Amino acid sequence: MTLLADRPAVVEEGSDHEHGAGPSGFLKWVTSTDHKVIGKNYTVTAVIFFLLAGAMAMLIRAQLANPDSTLLSQHTYNEMFTMHGSLMIYLFVGPVAFGGLANYIVPLQIGAPDMAFPRLNALSYWLYLGGGSLMMLGFLTTGSAADFGWVAYAPLSNSINTPGAGPDLWIVALILTGFSAIFTGVNLVTTIYYLRAPGMTMFRMPIFTWNMLVTGILILIAFPVFTSALVLLWCDRHLGAHIFEVSGGGVPVLWQDLFWFFGHPEVYILALPFFGIVTDVIAVFSRKPIFGYRGMVFATMSIAALSTSVWAHHMFTTGVVLLPFFSLMSYLIAVPTGIKFFNWIGTMWRGSVKFDTPMLFAIGFLVTFLLGGVSGILLASPPVDFATHDTYFVVAHFHSVVMSLVMAAFAGFFFWYPKMTGRMLREGLGKATFWLMLVGANVTFLPQYLLGLKGMPRRIAEYAASDGFTTLNRISSAGSVLLFLSVAIFLVNVVVSWWKPIPAGDNPWDASSLEWATSSPPPHHNFLKIPPIRSQRPVWDYNHPEDRIIEHAKARPGGFVASGGVGTVLLADVNVDGEDTLETRDPDR
Amino acid sequence: MGIPGGAKLRRVARFLLFSTIALALGGCTLPTFGGFRGATTQGQAEFKLWSWMTMAGLVVAAIVWGLILWAVIAYRRRDPDKMPRQFHSNAFVEVIYTAVPLIIIGVIFFYTVKTENTVDALAPHPAVTVRVTGFQWGWSFSYRDPQGKQIALVETAQARPPVLAGNPTSAEYPQFVLPLGETTQIVLESADVVHGFYIPAFNFSRYALPGVTNNFDFTPVHTGVFAGHCAQYCGLYHAEMLFSVRVVRPGAFQAWLSTQPASGAAT
Amino acid sequence: MKIESYVLLFVGFFFGLVGLVYWLWSHEDAGSVMLLGTFLLGSVPGFYYLWWSRRMRPRPSDDPDATLEDGAGVVGAFPGSSIWPFVLGLGATFVALAFVFGAWTLGVGLFLAVAALVGVVYESRRGGLV
Repeated sequence: MTLLADRPAVVEEGSDHEHGAGPSGFLKWVTSTDHKVIGKNYTVTAVIFFLLAGAMAMLIRAQLANPDSTLLSQHTYNEMFTMHGSLMIYLFVGPVAFGGLANYIVPLQIGAPDMAFPRLNALSYWLYLGGGSLMMLGFLTTGSAADFGWVAYAPLSNSINTPGAGPDLWIVALILTGFSAIFTGVNLVTTIYYLRAPGMTMFRMPIFTWNMLVTGILILIAFPVFTSALVLLWCDRHLGAHIFEVSGGGVPVLWQDLFWFFGHPEVYILALPFFGIVTDVIAVFSRKPIFGYRGMVFATMSIAALSTSVWAHHMFTTGVVLLPFFSLMSYLIAVPTGIKFFNWIGTMWRGSVKFDTPMLFAIGFLVTFLLGGVSGILLASPPVDFATHDTYFVVAHFHSVVMSLVMAAFAGFFFWYPKMTGRMLREGLGKATFWLMLVGANVTFLPQYLLGLKGMPRRIAEYAASDGFTTLNRISSAGSVLLFLSVAIFLVNVVVSWWKPIPAGDNPWDASSLEWATSSPPPHHNFLKIPPIRSQRPVWDYNHPEDRIIEHAKARPGGFVASGGVGTVLLADVNVDGEDTLETRDPDR
Repeated sequence: MGIPGGAKLRRVARFLLFSTIALALGGCTLPTFGGFRGATTQGQAEFKLWSWMTMAGLVVAAIVWGLILWAVIAYRRRDPDKMPRQFHSNAFVEVIYTAVPLIIIGVIFFYTVKTENTVDALAPHPAVTVRVTGFQWGWSFSYRDPQGKQIALVETAQARPPVLAGNPTSAEYPQFVLPLGETTQIVLESADVVHGFYIPAFNFSRYALPGVTNNFDFTPVHTGVFAGHCAQYCGLYHAEMLFSVRVVRPGAFQAWLSTQPASGAAT
Repeated sequence: MKIESYVLLFVGFFFGLVGLVYWLWSHEDAGSVMLLGTFLLGSVPGFYYLWWSRRMRPRPSDDPDATLEDGAGVVGAFPGSSIWPFVLGLGATFVALAFVFGAWTLGVGLFLAVAALVGVVYESRRGGLV
C-alpha cells in the first residue's frame, strides 16, 4: 500500500520507548534525519544567507545614495549585486520555502511521521550548506567572488571575461544546490503522494501542502535544466566546449534560453509556497474556510504550467524570440493570479478578521504583490518592455514581487514559530517589524519605478549628478534603512522569545490544519494522536463541532460523526537497532 | 458639509469628466506616469500603449486595493465570540472574476501586437543606415551608403573609460546624428559580450547580441540631444558605456555627414 | 491515487499542447526540446499512476470516509538518525571543489562519498547508528 510497506515490520508490543533519546547537541545537528530538525537547520541557514545578502543590499544602496560615488569600486559593486541576487534567489527565498518551512510543515499537515526519504532529506540540506559555503568562499579567493550578475549571461561568463576561481565556485555551488533542490522536490512529491493519513484525500490537503506539491513538480521541471546548463558552462570555461561561444560555432543566446527556462519557473518556485502560506493564514485569521478551494488548486496548477511556457519574456529585447506567443502566455498568468487574489479577498469577505502579526504580513503581501503584478502585466507587453528592459523599472517590479514574498515568509515565520519552538513571538515587536517593512519596502522600491522610467539602467555602479537620478536614489536608500531596522527588530523578537519565553500551547491561533493537533514543538515522528479527518479543516472540526463543514458525513462506524471525539493514535514508535518502525493501531484493540 | 461640500463635489466631478473626455479625444494629453513621450514615431507608439495600459492597470489595482481595504475594515473582528457563517464558495462571483480578466487581457493583447508591429516594422528603403557595434566598453557608429560602404564613423575614443561616469551627452562619449523625420535603420551587433543599446527618450532598447544582427528603425520626430546607455550588464565598466544621439534637420545632417572622416576619429 | 495521476497528466497534457503550438509557430529548437521533455516528465509517470490506480485497492488516504483504523498497519521504517548523509554531502562538496581548484580534493571527496554509500547500505540492511 504505502511505498515503504514492504519493509520488515519490527514492532515491540507495549513498548513505551521514549523518543528523542538519540544524539543531542552538535551530533544531533549532524546526524538527524528528522524532517523537523532538518527544516529548522534549513530555516536558520537560509536566514543567515538572507542577512548576508541584506548587508550587501545595504552597501549597494549606500553606493547609489550619491552621484559619482566611490564608496565601492566598480569591481566590488559588481560582486555585490551579483552575490546579493545569487544569495537571495538561490540560497534564501527558495530554500527557506521548500527546504525550511515546507520540510517542517508539510509532513505535519498531512499527518505523516516524516518525509518519505529522511536520509535523502538530510543529504539535501548538506548539499545546500556545502553549495552555499562554496559560493561564499568566492570572497576569499584572490580574484573575487562571481561578478557576472545572478543570471551569468554568456559570453560574459566565459573564462576570458570573468576568469578566476570565484565564478567557478559560483557554478559548482549552484550545481550542488541544484541537486539539493531536486532531491527536496522528489521528497516532497513522494511524501504528499504516499504518506497522507487515512481520510486525508488530495482535496482535503491544506493549500500550503497543495502549493508545495506543485512547487515540487516545478522543481523537477526547472532545476535539471539549470543544473545541466551549469555543467555546460563549466565545460565551456575549462574544456573549451564553445557551446555558448560564437567563435566555436556556439550560440550565446542558448544560455539565456536554458537559464530562463529554469529562471521563470524558479520565480514561481519561490512564489507558490508563499501563496500557500498567505492562503492558510488569511483563512485562519478570518475564521472561515478558504474561499474557492478548488479554484485555488487549479489556479496554482495553471500558474505553474504557464510559468514554464513564458521563459523568453525575459528575452524580448534579444530580437530572436517569438514575441506574440510569450507575450500572450505571460498575460494569461494574470487570470489564475487574479483568481487567487479574489479568493483571498473572498476568504476575508463576511469573515471575522483579526489582525495578529501573521495576518498583517499576509495583508502586506496582498498590497505589495498587487503592485508587482500590475507592473508585471506592463512588462509582459514587448513594446513596453523595449522601453523599460534592464532599467530600474524591472528592478522595482521584481523587488515589489520579492518583497511581498518576504512579507509572506514573515507571515509564515510568525505563524509557525510557536509550532516550531513552543514559544510565542512578541506581538508588539512583530507589528513594529511589519509596519517598518511595509513602509520601507514601498519607500525603497516605488522611487525605483520612476528611476527606470527616467532611464536609469540596472547594475550600474555609479551615475553622474547631471543624470537627475540623485533625489529618487536617496529616497530609495532611506527606505532601505527602514527595511534594515525592521529585520533588526525581528531578530530582537527572536532573542526576546528565548530570553523570556511565552509558552505557545498546541494551537495558539485557533488554526484548522493538522499540524495544530500535535504538541508544540511536535514529538519525534510528529503525532501521538490525530483527530479524524473529515474535511479540509480537521482541527477546526474538532474544536468547533457546531461550525464544521462535513462533506462526506456517511457516519461510518468509527467515523467522526459516530465517535465524535479524538480518534485513534499513532503510538507504536519503537527504536530497534536505530530503525524506527511506525504502526498505526486501533485504540480499542 | 451640506451645500458647499456638494458644490465642491460637483466641481471635482466636472473636472474628472472633462479630463476624461480630453484624454479620450487627444492622444497628446495622455498622462506620462513618469515615462518619456517618445522622440521617434516608434517611441510614440510605445508611449500610447504604455499610457493606456498603465491607466488600465492602475484602475484595476485601485479596485483590488479598495476591495482589500473594504474587506479588512468591514469584516474586522468586533465580537470575539461571534462566529461568521462558514461558507466557502460562490459560483457566480468566481465565474465573473475568471471571465473579466480574460476579456481585459484579450483587449490588451490585441493592442500589444498592433503596437509591436509598428515598433518592429522595417522600412524597405531607409534614408540612412547605421551599423552600431557594442564592445567592452564603448560603441561604434558606422554610417553606410546603400552599397554597404562606410561613409562616416563615430566611436568611443578611449579604450579604457574614465574612472567615473560623466554626462552621456558630454564630449567624452560618442555622439551619433540622425536626420529629423527620416527613417534610419540601425544594424546592431556586438564585438564581444551582450550589450544593451538603450535610448530612454526613444523608448527603445535592443540587445547587441554576439552572433546575431538586429535591425530596427528610428524615425525621429523631435530635434535635440538624447542620452544613451548600455542597459545589459557587460562587465567591469558597464556604467560608463555611454553615448548620445543628436537629432537635426536633414540639411544639417548632410552637412554634418560631409565633415566626418570615413575611417574614424584620428585617435 | 487517481487525483495524483491527474495532476501529472495535467502537466503532460498542457506541455504537449503548448510544445506543439510553440514548435509549429516558431520552429525554434531549444525551447521545443525543453517543452517536449516537460511533456514526458508529466505524462510518463502520470500514465503509470493512472494504470496503477485502476489495479490497486484504494488506499485509506484516498477514501474520504476512511478512519484512522483503516490505516492500521506498518506505515514505514524511518531511520532515527544517520551520519551518512552528512558524510556524503561533505564528499560531494569536496568533489565539487576539485572542479575549481584542481584534482587533489577529488580523492578526499570520492573516499568520503564511497564510504557514505557503503555505510548507508550497511545501515539500512543491518539497522543501527553507525
